[in-house]
Amino acid sequence: MKKLMMSLAVVFFAVAATGQGYAPGDEARDFRLKNVDDGLVSLADYPDAKGFIVIFTTNHCPYAVAYEDRIIALDKKFKEMGYPVVAINPNDPEAYPADSFENMKVRAEEKGFTFPYLFDETQEVAKTYGATRTPHVYLVNKEAGKLIVRYIGAIDDNYQDASAVKEKYVAGAIASLEAGEPVYPKETKAIGCSIKWK
Amino acid sequence: MKRVFFLILTALAFVVPVGGQSIEEVNFEELSPLLRQNNDTTYVVNFWATWCKPCVEEMPHFLELASELKDEKVKFIFVSLDFPTQKESRLLPFIEKYEMDERVILLNDPNSNEWIEKVSPDWSGAIPATLVYRKESSSFHESSLSKEELLTIIKSMTL
Repeated sequence: MKKLMMSLAVVFFAVAATGQGYAPGDEARDFRLKNVDDGLVSLADYPDAKGFIVIFTTNHCPYAVAYEDRIIALDKKFKEMGYPVVAINPNDPEAYPADSFENMKVRAEEKGFTFPYLFDETQEVAKTYGATRTPHVYLVNKEAGKLIVRYIGAIDDNYQDASAVKEKYVAGAIASLEAGEPVYPKETKAIGCSIKWK
Repeated sequence: MKRVFFLILTALAFVVPVGGQSIEEVNFEELSPLLRQNNDTTYVVNFWATWCKPCVEEMPHFLELASELKDEKVKFIFVSLDFPTQKESRLLPFIEKYEMDERVILLNDPNSNEWIEKVSPDWSGAIPATLVYRKESSSFHESSLSKEELLTIIKSMTL
């Protein structure tokens, strides 16, 4: 019996880790989450946007911190082209006090975030999207009134050094959307901090 | 005089690595042979970092098992994903504090999209992650493991 429980536990962990989540081509769900300015934000609030760079990120994760300036740069560059950044913190602040809503406000202020930084308190959005780590990007494109996931993964190929980046994945995916070509890349993997589930 | 001596000691402390330790720093190509050694030893390869809270929490389980199984054909390899710039300030002190005489390797290969899939197609890139293998059998876990879970996985390799 104990062994069975153990196997079940192992299976449970495996499912919790991989989850279901979206694959490129799937229709994405909109959400309505609390922003650091205390307002509520959903993708439907942006009727003029062509799409969104949805980024699951946190305050505490060194990999996420390493990308903060690049996330701001992405927003500045692509908001004008119709693809604003929407950042979402899905982490459990009980486990990571640095990721509390109050600390999100502090970080957004300190870094001068130019984009909404939303708190996924119930973690439902992260689970629905299938985010496993931070930072984890979902490029969503509006197509015939639907939100379609077109790219999932990392921002670029070098978390350590922005100046040593060889391939900018998100920029590349948006460029192919803009050119009306098949989206490349569709999916990349990257090391990141695992999201702590409640 | 005492003060000069103290200054010299302080200066030395910056030059000499902590406890005289050093750590092997590799790229993925250099690491990969360690992920497919074909002999009758079971290898436990843990991907971790000092900044990763769940990694640090599970580390004592791994170290206890490593010590309990030291006479068995089981080897532990701890692949650190710490920032290379924090090797001296964070990684070496951690290794010393936790008395990790097991093998620790610093993987410095930022283009992780190139190699995550090669460790396991089931890995999204979140850490902690652990690969246990023996010859052709392997088991990959993108999650924290308890001591019991890890022992069960290790045992399953020799069944």
